[in-house]
Amino acid sequence: MSSLRILVGVKRVVDSAVKVRVNKALTGVETTNVKHSMNPFDEIAVEEAVRLREKHGKLVSEIIAVSCGPTKATETLRTALAMGADRAIHVKTDSALEPLSVAKLLSKVAAEEKPDLVILGKQAIDDDANQTGQMLAGLLGWPQATFASKVTVDGGALEVVREVDGGLETVKAELPAVVTTDLRLNEPRYASLPNIMKAKKKPLKTVSPADLGVEVAPRLQTIKVTEPPKRQGGKIVESVDELLSKLRTEANVL
Amino acid sequence: MYASQRAGLASLVFVEAKGSGIDEGALNAITAARKLSGPVTAVVAGSTADAAAKAVGKIEGVDKVIVAKDAPESTATLLQAIQKQESSTHVFAAHTAAGKSIMPRLAALLDTQQISDITAVESEDTFVRPVDAVKVITVRTTAFPAAAAAESAAAEEAAPQVDAKPLTQWVREDVVKSDRPDLASAKRVVAGGRAVKSAEGFQLGAAVGASRAAVDAGYCDNSLQVGQTGRIVAPELYIAIGISGAIQHLAGMKDSKTIVAINKDADAPIFQIADYGLVGDLFTIVPELMEKIEAK
Repeated sequence: MSSLRILVGVKRVVDSAVKVRVNKALTGVETTNVKHSMNPFDEIAVEEAVRLREKHGKLVSEIIAVSCGPTKATETLRTALAMGADRAIHVKTDSALEPLSVAKLLSKVAAEEKPDLVILGKQAIDDDANQTGQMLAGLLGWPQATFASKVTVDGGALEVVREVDGGLETVKAELPAVVTTDLRLNEPRYASLPNIMKAKKKPLKTVSPADLGVEVAPRLQTIKVTEPPKRQGGKIVESVDELLSKLRTEANVL
Repeated sequence: MYASQRAGLASLVFVEAKGSGIDEGALNAITAARKLSGPVTAVVAGSTADAAAKAVGKIEGVDKVIVAKDAPESTATLLQAIQKQESSTHVFAAHTAAGKSIMPRLAALLDTQQISDITAVESEDTFVRPVDAVKVITVRTTAFPAAAAAESAAAEEAAPQVDAKPLTQWVREDVVKSDRPDLASAKRVVAGGRAVKSAEGFQLGAAVGASRAAVDAGYCDNSLQVGQTGRIVAPELYIAIGISGAIQHLAGMKDSKTIVAINKDADAPIFQIADYGLVGDLFTIVPELMEKIEAK
């Protein structure tokens, strides 16, 4: 492994602190005039790529950030550049993208850029699908390591500690490979003002799905989006005794 | 059965073998698969699949069991081959760490868009309709009852041979040793947040859960995290101690039957969804609660 090229996927999503509302037409959630940011899991992915370079120095030859989506996705890419990515690729489209479409677009970008490692977030907090990385690995025929909480690159091999239901699991794979990040992989850095200024000068290339030869029409039809049922706000009890008696007599759960 | 009778439906359910048993989430996935008319074939995969297959064959609604003693990496390729052999129209798995890892890869191999974490099959709150030839679906286990045991056992057969070299090698696992009930299937869950300062035991025969803040602070293990990016639970009783109630946490427990909140901040959002709230210092309330439960 003479050099290591890392491709990082980032997605622009409604900010995690925003309480989302369903739009009036019940076709989706309200996204106009709502604060957007980089998907939190993708911040962790960018951070991990930058840390691999800080650890291995010249071994990491390049970090490429890629985002698929509307014009404003460039803001998310600039954030990735400010965090330490070298250049960005924007696959520009206004149509709603499903994970399968994104995985296909990324597989074409990977075929062109020939990365040794692709790092994606484990899920986007808007659709919660948790699919894109696995689909990409399947399309490329590469090994996958999902829900990573520790990533070690040693020569041409990758060792990943994964967060699974009962605890942690460690797997090994040959590069090239796809890794998806879990929350505890790292603590993403803030982009400093000088780096934000420098990021404006870094190259950002725009391509279309057609350029990549990918058909992005959705396979699923969303019929309706509704608010989840509201829970009845409960009572405030005054003491432990009252709580226990309510649990025994009203709720019958003790 | 309340799905429309349509000809030619056939479902596969991926069942993860765990030790001599199976991952219990598969029982909920089988229930979801049975909501469609058509035979249900369970694919039991894992190094201990032989032992697990016997148990799976005795689950009500399973018509056939296919046994695969494969490394998990090649499972997606294997499922692809079985789907072809059985002409399955639907492939189900529980939305667990294994299901989440394997199923999207399978979906991509089949060139179909997966539907994650469904909570209903063909009913009013099913908000997506697959239009692909094969449907790949993961099931939110708390939204479906577990399939029960049946009288007779289903037929077993060996899985087709696939030429799929495992691309990743399993190195080791660090499983959290716990004599408590499993979080996902527990009837009672006690969860602690940042304010707890340490993971104290409880006398309710309950599983212990945690907020992200408590996990990040190192009070307990990541596998206990309840919420949007952790486990989703819906027990009969959920006691949230020192948890403020961020939407990301609520996403993992708001379908619990009864929610109790103990928090010293009367304005904490958790009180808006809790059936019973007690405002006060958890370090005095919790010991008192434990004492009085023991004394009952």
